[in-house]
Amino acid sequence: MRPVRIYNRKIMGENLIKLKILGGLALVALSILIIYNLPLTLGLDIQGGTRLVLEARSTDSVKAGDDAVSGVMAVVRNRIDALGVTEPIIQRKGSNQIVVELPGVKNPEHAIKVLGETALLEFAEAEWSPGDESVLTQEKVEQVYGKGARLDKVISYKNGERESERPIIIKNSVLTGADLKGAWPSVDEYGNPVVDIEFNAKGAGIFANATERSVGRPIAILLDKKIISAPTVREPIPSGKAQISGNFTIEEVQDLVVQLKGGSLPVPVDIVGTKIVGPTLGRDSLDKSKIAGAVGFLAIVVFMILYYRLPGVLAVISLVIYFFLTLAVLSVLRTTLTLPGIAGFLLSIGMAVDANVIIFERLKEELRLGKNIRIAVDVSFKRAFTAILDSNVTTIIAAMTLFWLGTGTIKGFAVTLIAGISVSMFSAIVITKFLMDLMIDWKMVDSADSGLLYRGFGKK
Amino acid sequence: MNIIGKRNLWFAVSAVLIALGIFGFSYNILVRGQAMNFGIDFTGGSITTLRFEQSANVTSRLAEVRKVLSSFHFKESVIQKEGDNDVSIRTEPLDAEIRTQMMAELEKTFGRVELLEADTIGPVIGAELRSQAFWALLIATIGILIYVSFRFEFKYAVAAVIALWHDALITVGLIALLYRSVDTAFIAAILTIMGYSINDTIVIFDRIRENIINQKKGKVSFSEIANTSVLQTMARSINTVLTVLVMNVCLLLFGGATLKDFALTLLIGFTLGGYSSIFIASPILVMLEGSLGKPTKKPS
Repeated sequence: MRPVRIYNRKIMGENLIKLKILGGLALVALSILIIYNLPLTLGLDIQGGTRLVLEARSTDSVKAGDDAVSGVMAVVRNRIDALGVTEPIIQRKGSNQIVVELPGVKNPEHAIKVLGETALLEFAEAEWSPGDESVLTQEKVEQVYGKGARLDKVISYKNGERESERPIIIKNSVLTGADLKGAWPSVDEYGNPVVDIEFNAKGAGIFANATERSVGRPIAILLDKKIISAPTVREPIPSGKAQISGNFTIEEVQDLVVQLKGGSLPVPVDIVGTKIVGPTLGRDSLDKSKIAGAVGFLAIVVFMILYYRLPGVLAVISLVIYFFLTLAVLSVLRTTLTLPGIAGFLLSIGMAVDANVIIFERLKEELRLGKNIRIAVDVSFKRAFTAILDSNVTTIIAAMTLFWLGTGTIKGFAVTLIAGISVSMFSAIVITKFLMDLMIDWKMVDSADSGLLYRGFGKK
Repeated sequence: MNIIGKRNLWFAVSAVLIALGIFGFSYNILVRGQAMNFGIDFTGGSITTLRFEQSANVTSRLAEVRKVLSSFHFKESVIQKEGDNDVSIRTEPLDAEIRTQMMAELEKTFGRVELLEADTIGPVIGAELRSQAFWALLIATIGILIYVSFRFEFKYAVAAVIALWHDALITVGLIALLYRSVDTAFIAAILTIMGYSINDTIVIFDRIRENIINQKKGKVSFSEIANTSVLQTMARSINTVLTVLVMNVCLLLFGGATLKDFALTLLIGFTLGGYSSIFIASPILVMLEGSLGKPTKKPS
């Protein structure tokens, strides 16, 4: 370590002082401007909403690898957009999880259902079961109708009541939702809610062929491997247009349209975590945090001024500047303000005065050595610098680990902490130093015995 | 005042605190079946927090709440009051349908019920959190070790890390003893404690480093230098912790329910952090230096 070079700082010229003060005020003004124009997004825990953790599950045919998870994310994003949620957050977490945050969603159960379903739409050639299906084993079905064929049943409803069921043989699936061009909610001729679909060119071609082959036989429409209907083909359909009916309610039709438009998930997902925060709780907590912050801030102000007198007042001024600067930095970083984030910010206020305390205590020592106050101030800032830097870097190392570990709310906490600590070094070392220089140049304090300093400042 | 000389006293104090924690763990394991009050973040499960109407006077009728819920045959459920009109219900993972039914049943007895918060976590996430917490603590420790070794010396880094593990360990132990619920935020709190508690330690080490450089030709022992440095920095060690504790106490007293356990953990940890930088870190550094009484050479 190099010894500290001691030199006699020149008295600042009046223009320089004016310039620096103006610069400081401009910085604060800019911060306030930023805070107002780029308001911080409130986290889910404050404004209420739903947070889901989805986990992609491997199937026999598709592994839940990078591609599949990216595919799931794209589909989930499409569906969320179709649901009309503003400012959703969709993040990858770990190798196969996706965190979805839907602020302000009023009906979380609905969102969970729409996002979590695979919505794999399939059109399969089929045949009505010829007779006594109780004797049909899976082996026999495959023997007669080809590999992959299976026995299932179509359930028909009337007025929402289960009316009858009819055994059906599902053969190969010919088309999936991937070949859709569009889907719309509609009603059939009896006024029942249905979904109108249209295939793209490739899908239309396949559909035309399939319907041609299947005249007089049913085509099964399956959603997530469940039969929703099995209309009998009367004539080939070359247009690529079809209608899906299946005892839907209007809501179900709308959800299905959202899911079909967004595409089906490439692999199934499990919902491994959900968090629903009602709007009341968040508002409550926010108000309480504000009170806690205000009282804490005031207590620190009183402590600093009573203990350190004029330097304490200067520290409080830089603390106020710190407050605005940090909020502005958080705004620029587009941080989401969560409750732990607010806690982190409030704690960082307590930590921000630390640097000032370290400097002032050092100043006390330097003055006790009988140094001239001007030199003592310079030396104490210089000497305190390494302590402030090293101690803050170690805190930042821990906060970075937290950032890496955390999701959502905890990340928010880590970001506020890191931003706060970084800004606090600036405010203590640059702003407080300038104010202290000013205090000396304006001869507010000219000796260590001044009553404006802490009693022990100059005494042994 | 000879702080380094009385180190056995401080070590004894810390040993008692650690023993309290171990007692807490053992008691919890024997009586409650788990070492700490692990929240659903760790174990998986659901917590549903409901707000009842004031006239329902629900907090004095928890037995009735329990009775209503018994019809759902949850494997295990813990019902707690959270405030005057709020009740939290911890169960195995619930899906939306059952939660809606549960609220409907409660409304039959208690009138309108508002959903404040519903948190459901599958067991997978819990297992992940445990391993992530472990890695986070390890990586933070290594990061700090490297940085402090680089800025000071390896033995300073070791002493600092021992002090901050001391803080973390005792905090975890005391939280176990108090049987406060621990969740993701608890891990965050422990990491923050580690990050912040080292702050004051570094300030003292910085002073030791400076005093070694400035000493007159190796007449003073390392232990004396360390003691002087601790005393010289005492006021700032106390004041820096004090300002943060002030904010912390305010969060604990006035902050929302969500932050209470978080603030309490930090309060314990930060207090210990202040204590350990003065009474633990420096004595350990002196022991590592292995030169109690021996003059220290100036670093070249």
